[in-house]
Amino acid sequence: MILYHLNHLRELEAEAIYIIRETASQFERPAMLFSGGKDSIVMTHLARKAFYPARIPFPLLHIDTGHNFPETIEFRDKMVEEIGANLIVRNVQDSINSGRAKEEKGPNASRNMLQTITLLDALEELKTDAAMGGARRDEEKARAKERFFSHRDEFGQWDPKNQRPELWMLLNGRKHQGEHFRVFPLSNWTEMDVWMYIAMEKIDIPNIYFTHQREIVMRDGMLLANSEYITVRENEKAEMMTVRFRTIGDMTCTGAVLSPANSLQQIIEEVAASKTTERGTRSDDKRSETAMEDRKKAGYF
Amino acid sequence: MSDFSKDGYLNMELLRFTTAGSVDDGKSTLIGRLLYDSKQIFEDQLEAIEQRSLQRGFEHVDLSLLTDGLKAEREQGITIDVAYRYFATPKRKFIIADTPGHIQYTRNMVTGASTANAALILVDARKGVLEQTIRHSFIASLLQIPHLIICINKMDLVNYEEAAFEKAVDEFKQLSSKLDIKDVSFLPISALLGDNVVDKSKNMSWYNGPTLMYLLEHLHISSDENHIDCRFPVQYVIRPQQTEYHDYRGYAGRISSGIFKPGDKIKVLPSEEIATVKTIELFGEEIAEAYSPMSVTITLDKDVDISRGDMIVRENNVPNVMQEFDVMVCWLNSTPLQVGGKYAIRHTSKDARCIIKDIRYKIDISTLHRNEEDKKIGMNDIARISIKTTVPIFFDSYRKNRHTGSIILIDESTNETIGAGMIV
Repeated sequence: MILYHLNHLRELEAEAIYIIRETASQFERPAMLFSGGKDSIVMTHLARKAFYPARIPFPLLHIDTGHNFPETIEFRDKMVEEIGANLIVRNVQDSINSGRAKEEKGPNASRNMLQTITLLDALEELKTDAAMGGARRDEEKARAKERFFSHRDEFGQWDPKNQRPELWMLLNGRKHQGEHFRVFPLSNWTEMDVWMYIAMEKIDIPNIYFTHQREIVMRDGMLLANSEYITVRENEKAEMMTVRFRTIGDMTCTGAVLSPANSLQQIIEEVAASKTTERGTRSDDKRSETAMEDRKKAGYF
Repeated sequence: MSDFSKDGYLNMELLRFTTAGSVDDGKSTLIGRLLYDSKQIFEDQLEAIEQRSLQRGFEHVDLSLLTDGLKAEREQGITIDVAYRYFATPKRKFIIADTPGHIQYTRNMVTGASTANAALILVDARKGVLEQTIRHSFIASLLQIPHLIICINKMDLVNYEEAAFEKAVDEFKQLSSKLDIKDVSFLPISALLGDNVVDKSKNMSWYNGPTLMYLLEHLHISSDENHIDCRFPVQYVIRPQQTEYHDYRGYAGRISSGIFKPGDKIKVLPSEEIATVKTIELFGEEIAEAYSPMSVTITLDKDVDISRGDMIVRENNVPNVMQEFDVMVCWLNSTPLQVGGKYAIRHTSKDARCIIKDIRYKIDISTLHRNEEDKKIGMNDIARISIKTTVPIFFDSYRKNRHTGSIILIDESTNETIGAGMIV
């Protein structure tokens, strides 16, 4: 009965591959942003599929805050080696050292905001005219309004009121000198789709997505991994807990969840039963109701 | 969301639908209700809208706040073009293109409708079918959305009376006789109270039809794609710079329509060279039959000069190859369409330039009358125009093929997408 009809994961896959190929065709110097999180891992996998047997015809760009989980960096280096990709790393620390960015102070200090400066500098330095990102529209209300091909002005800014209409799958990547695009091949994927696709395609992911023992500091209802990057306050204490991460960002702003899930099947069951959104574990979104919208306008991912 | 099994999830289909209705028709409430009753709302999202409802002094949680957008929009009380929402049931995953109902509705609805399998059109049961219901239905038919669902909403405000529903249905049938709509369903609902949205209404025993959710889960969409006319626009040519693949030439793209198989005799446009499909593959895996909307790589039995913008078709079934043709255009920009104006045009993977030869007529989308005198085509206007392109375009009529029958026009100085066209 479902002859000549794709299931929804294959349809999303076909759409994402189309967008990635379109980006490689329409732009001179595209790059794919890689964070080591599951969305960028899935996007990289799709890029391999899009151009096989050729290698991925653009570099992977990692904006390294210096506050990553060591497991993420280890995973990144191993993956790049295996698939023969060209990885470019630009460090937020360098932006701080050169005075381009200023470190936040206080116990909740995060380098999340500073990434934007390093990112925009890197895009300019590398003359990147299209930066593909793994952002999904289901993550956040500002992202719900994004296009596949999202136009950015000379300052890297997003103007939500002045977006190009996007019809059928006819993507318009024309631009003036100095402008660039952000491209989102996973726009129509949900968290569940990403996990199901990882399971279906047997894609390798960092082990911190699975259950493990870790020293945790409870702060504002979030379970933060204790590390050299956070300051444990007087009324707080670090305790060993059985946790895993639902999203992976900086150690300073990514909360863990208590979980015994040690397989993809168990993670999928957990996601299906979850009562909170994925970004509920991210303190960077909790700073204000419009945190994402404000950061996006300034040039964030 | 707890009843997803892994295997069940792999058999789900994707259904894209768009919603239309004016500001007060309860569109946001209906979407909020679909998300809420299908248990797609997370606790943190619900808390946020409970708080905001409380702040605003509302008695109930206002479900329409779930679709509330950006600060920029709230400040001005408007919605910026299309927002996308997602929900899933064990049968299907749904993508809603949520388009606002204010003045820019044509541009927005056309955008949302361009990829939709179904359109939900809301009608206020107290007001019946209005001019704008016809506008929305006209756009749905123009964009060839295969399934139309007319929701007669606010049934609670007409005491759930069958007569009010029947009256709206009759009005719609009369007014829509001129439209080209394949499949229409009518539903009496109350988005506010949830009647016939996800759960069957207890207040309308006279209604024996499906609920909205049941309908969305069971619309027959597998025949929406064209599986007859083989069209493969070449998007990218894969030439690995690796010795082991020295002679490899793969033509990458997304199948627009038809079913391609290894061994098929094909013709390449525009060169008209004939070749045979050697393999169809993705990531090293060979595919026995490839069909829309798959993204694949095709290899041929011999070396043919093929580049992006070319099209691979069956030898005995070719599209039109022409430089002059007519298009129904929806204008998306505040700068009006110019007769004699030159624009960039994009069709499948092909880029070209075109000149507007003539405006044949403009359509009054409230009365559906053709106006041959009024040649001023501005934002949100729909008109039939004649164009001439710099190179031949390989097209089918939009009615026959949404992928090879659609174009966009781009302003060459601002680079904005300013027109959406359906080839007649």
